[in-house]
Amino acid sequence: MQAVLDIISWLLLTAGGAFVLVGGIGALRMPNLYTRMHAASVTDTVGAILVLGGIMLQAGLTLATIKLAAILLFLLITSPTASYALANAAMIAGVKPEAGRAPDTEHDS
Amino acid sequence: MYYVVTIATLVTMALALVRAVLGPTVYDRVLSVNMFGTKTVLLISVIAYLAGRPDFLDLALAYALINFIGVLAVLEFFKSRSARRLQEQSEREDN
Amino acid sequence: MTVLFSVFLLTLLVITAIAAVQSRNLFVSVMLLGIFSLLIAANFLLLDAADVALTEAAVGAGISTVLFLGALALTFEREHRPTPHRWLSLAVVFAATLVVLYATFDKPKFGDPGAPVQVHVAPWYIEKTPEVIDVPNIVTAVLASFRGYDTLGEVFVVFTAGIGVLFLLSASHGHAAQRRPDNGDESKIGLRNDLIPRVVGRLLVPFILLFGLYVQFHGDYGPGGGFQAGALIAAAVILFALVEGEERTLEAIPRGALLALMVSGALLYGLVGVAGIFLGGEFLNYSVLADDPIAGQHLGIILIEAGVGLTVTGVLLSIFHAFAARDRF
Repeated sequence: MQAVLDIISWLLLTAGGAFVLVGGIGALRMPNLYTRMHAASVTDTVGAILVLGGIMLQAGLTLATIKLAAILLFLLITSPTASYALANAAMIAGVKPEAGRAPDTEHDS
Repeated sequence: MYYVVTIATLVTMALALVRAVLGPTVYDRVLSVNMFGTKTVLLISVIAYLAGRPDFLDLALAYALINFIGVLAVLEFFKSRSARRLQEQSEREDN
Repeated sequence: MTVLFSVFLLTLLVITAIAAVQSRNLFVSVMLLGIFSLLIAANFLLLDAADVALTEAAVGAGISTVLFLGALALTFEREHRPTPHRWLSLAVVFAATLVVLYATFDKPKFGDPGAPVQVHVAPWYIEKTPEVIDVPNIVTAVLASFRGYDTLGEVFVVFTAGIGVLFLLSASHGHAAQRRPDNGDESKIGLRNDLIPRVVGRLLVPFILLFGLYVQFHGDYGPGGGFQAGALIAAAVILFALVEGEERTLEAIPRGALLALMVSGALLYGLVGVAGIFLGGEFLNYSVLADDPIAGQHLGIILIEAGVGLTVTGVLLSIFHAFAARDRF
């Protein structure tokens, strides 16, 4: 039983790590602000679920699992909200969603 | 068992840092700070288990909340700056 | 393996620091300093220093960023003229760095069991804490009881800093009201009128407050204590102020209440010390506060941690209101 749990949590952790890495590469190589935002926020959430789920399986039924569940819950609530607020602020400031070109840098940076 | 995840998270933090240094607009940098924050939460959770000390999970929770507040404060600031700028622009167009 | 992770994080730290100093746009520097604080907290965690990491997390990544942005809102966003290359000062700093690096060759290696700190200082605290104080978190025992004078000084320093900032910044209520532009269209943009962050923010504020209280009272058993709890509670109120606006926050917690928080925290700490004198011991000796010396130590630690938390909350919120009430919203 322990070995099965170990294997499942190893799979979850590795998958989470892969998603996190993909998100990092996406944030670096995507051509535009909005596409980068898409890469970063989606992989953030999925990666968090997989990694924290993997650790929760290792922890079993202890206080640590409840804390991990709380962390996961807060990440699920706050991370999409932050991405939404960021996209909204960028839209209002006039950053245009055009692919292939760095956006107009007159306003900011 | 946790080494793979730790290494993946560390590499992603480095990539986010490159984006923060490079990114042409400020919003790229805010994006990378937000990503950095959530990756740090995952890193702290994994390291807490790696070191065998589940008490350290309080830090991860604190970080998840603080990161959110920091990003919202930055965005609020930029929004009020954009609003002021739009207003000045419209005033200049009226005159 | 942990050493490799630490080295990697420290390399990222140096890159971040250089980028933050080089950039001429001050927003970028503020963002990079936020990342700096996250990196150093992760590093502290790798070195097993949990209380310090928690304080760095609470103060550096959240509140410092907010205060820097408040300051930037009042001044300019870019540095004005490029600093001319100062070769002489660069050479002096470089020489000083080389001297310090040479001095570290004499230090014992990290984790060396024969180092004086591992042979004399640490075992004394590890031995005496279960005897005299009996709390599981030795860091809190050292901070609150064995080195209580130092923490008293820290609380008074925080208090003085708060008073100093209030003297400088809040003397212009009328001036701020004049400078605020006509709010017509501007108030339509801004987080207060954006539904999603507002709902989520209002949902989260009670939980952050609860977590702050948990960190405050759990400091005896795990990472935590007064400083971290004060920063977290202040962060919760700052979140409320971001999504609900300055006026409603001041209605909820008026400036007089913040001043009372600041003062009562420092006063509580001092009174606990003086109570030790009245009950027959020395200043800040908690063992005489109750019949059983260990119970007296526990009582003393709870009271002074509460004092620290109150003062830190009051000071951070007063500084936030002093900055934020000026030109924004």
